[in-house]
Amino acid sequence: MTADQSAQASTTSVADVAAVRKAISSTSRPPRASALSSALTFGWRGMLKVKHVPEQLLDVTITPVMFVLMFTYLFGGAIAGSTGEYLDYILPGILVMSVLFTTVYSGVALNTDLTKGVVDRFRSLPIWRPSPLVGSLLGDSVRYLVAGTVIIVLGVILGDRPGAGVVGVLAALGLVVLFAFGLSWVFSTLGLLLRSPSAVMNAGFMAIFPLTFLSNVFVDPTTLPGPLEAFVDVNPISILANASRGLMEGNADGADIAIVLAVAAVLTAVFAPLTTRLYRRG
Amino acid sequence: MTAHSSLAIEATGLVKSFGDTRAVDGVDLAVRRGSVYGVLGPNGAGKTTTIRMLATLIRPDAGSARVLGHDIVTDADAVRGLVSLTGQLASVDEDLTGRENLILIGRLLGLRRAAAKGRAAELLEAFGLTEAAGRLVKHYSGGMRRRLDISASIVVTPELMFLDEPTTGLDPRSRNQVWEIIRALVAEGTTILLCTQYLEEADQLAEGIAVIDHGRVIAEGTPSQLKASVGPGALHVRLLDPEQRPRAAELLASALGAVTLEPDPAALSAACPDPDRGAVAVAELSRGGVRIADFSLGQPSLDEVFLALTGRPADELPADDVLPNQSSRTEEEQAS
Repeated sequence: MTADQSAQASTTSVADVAAVRKAISSTSRPPRASALSSALTFGWRGMLKVKHVPEQLLDVTITPVMFVLMFTYLFGGAIAGSTGEYLDYILPGILVMSVLFTTVYSGVALNTDLTKGVVDRFRSLPIWRPSPLVGSLLGDSVRYLVAGTVIIVLGVILGDRPGAGVVGVLAALGLVVLFAFGLSWVFSTLGLLLRSPSAVMNAGFMAIFPLTFLSNVFVDPTTLPGPLEAFVDVNPISILANASRGLMEGNADGADIAIVLAVAAVLTAVFAPLTTRLYRRG
Repeated sequence: MTAHSSLAIEATGLVKSFGDTRAVDGVDLAVRRGSVYGVLGPNGAGKTTTIRMLATLIRPDAGSARVLGHDIVTDADAVRGLVSLTGQLASVDEDLTGRENLILIGRLLGLRRAAAKGRAAELLEAFGLTEAAGRLVKHYSGGMRRRLDISASIVVTPELMFLDEPTTGLDPRSRNQVWEIIRALVAEGTTILLCTQYLEEADQLAEGIAVIDHGRVIAEGTPSQLKASVGPGALHVRLLDPEQRPRAAELLASALGAVTLEPDPAALSAACPDPDRGAVAVAELSRGGVRIADFSLGQPSLDEVFLALTGRPADELPADDVLPNQSSRTEEEQAS
């Protein structure tokens, strides 16, 4: 209310034409911003949005928290024999899930951005072309970190003690965020192709939900029927979950980590140029 | 590198289609450096699409253009380094504060952090936005948003500025301010391409005007040449009783000639070559029993220019007091 009223009040303040004239004449064009600097500036823009609307972080944390609690206490006993044992198994998996779910929001945010005039300004600036996209994904990576950290802290509160300690946990978190960065290019592409933010949200979850459940995040694949087990074993999300478990427990398989990094690199190599092209096309 | 042409914009045969719609259908433009050039036309005429091509946001399907000596397709990056754009949808980030918007643009243009902050403060002060600097732009009024938009375009003073309907939807006071700012920019040597639906705006600011309709330039000249093609003015009459409009149209037609029915059901106007004949026509109306709420002799409206140029009223021409129409761009692009 007050904001609106004072906004009204200050319409009465006017532009000072003499000062405008001075402001126009008092600049010279600086050298262009480097690619890194413009990407970081867009990352800063992402951070500012979180600062102004911190509630948006709730979206990305409440669901995974619910999943941890629900799966551990509701299904844990039935699936793994004890809730404590299941928590050890499921925590790295939910870490993966919560961060990957957050990547869908990157596509949604990009689609929302496109409906606004500011994108026209970004496109008309003499900057490194992919920087708005790279920058917003860098900003989003901070959200991925937040989502991941919430899960880990919750796990520790519930009694999970990862075998590899703080270093292992940080390594797992880093790996998951890196993979998420690669995957988010896919959803950015969707964000540029689809018409509305809700269409991006629906399509995104329609893809990520089954992929997450048809992995080893929740259950040990050896209990699955043959063909399904075969799929689950090659699902990159399973491999990522395995690698995270390994890192957290201190027995990581180097091949898993390599595959995860390779998949992230391939996704970035394919979808980053595609996204940049679509964004430029407008 | 830069061709030392005296032209800031030279466009020949620009074409852009969205699906089956030819939004721009062979536009030629020649804009002198340091001038304000007006592109006048109704919604959907192709103004925004033309600007978006020249500002390198979209590629033309055919034709070519040089902006400040650089080709808009093969040398788009060089163009971007010299121009700035103030779009029809205000090109500022509503989820950030006014100050953050300006710092963001400053940083992207290569200013160092401290310089970007200082520049933001200077512009906010000059544009009367200091008090609102820390508030999110979504809470700004239309006039404040437009001023912020323009200030974002001059964080680094451009050589050429594209202004797409900068005053649509603004109250007269804010509109005058925007005009003052535009004059200040020109005085400092910036070339301006101004798209507008208002003849008065083009008349106030522009040295040359192109009238465009259905993606084509249908007339070009100085404001006075254009107005001369319409006649020096028009008689606007508003009736007390809309029912009497057909009768009034008949009387005006016999006194003055071509009559335009305005969107307001009680209003009509007629081209009026001189005030004396206008006075006679008004007298005819009241002698004929038509009750008049008010009348005025005014500049020809865009609709009258269109009528004079094409023999038909402009399509989809909004009434003067409608809210800003933000849909022109989306309409055009949804056609794709």
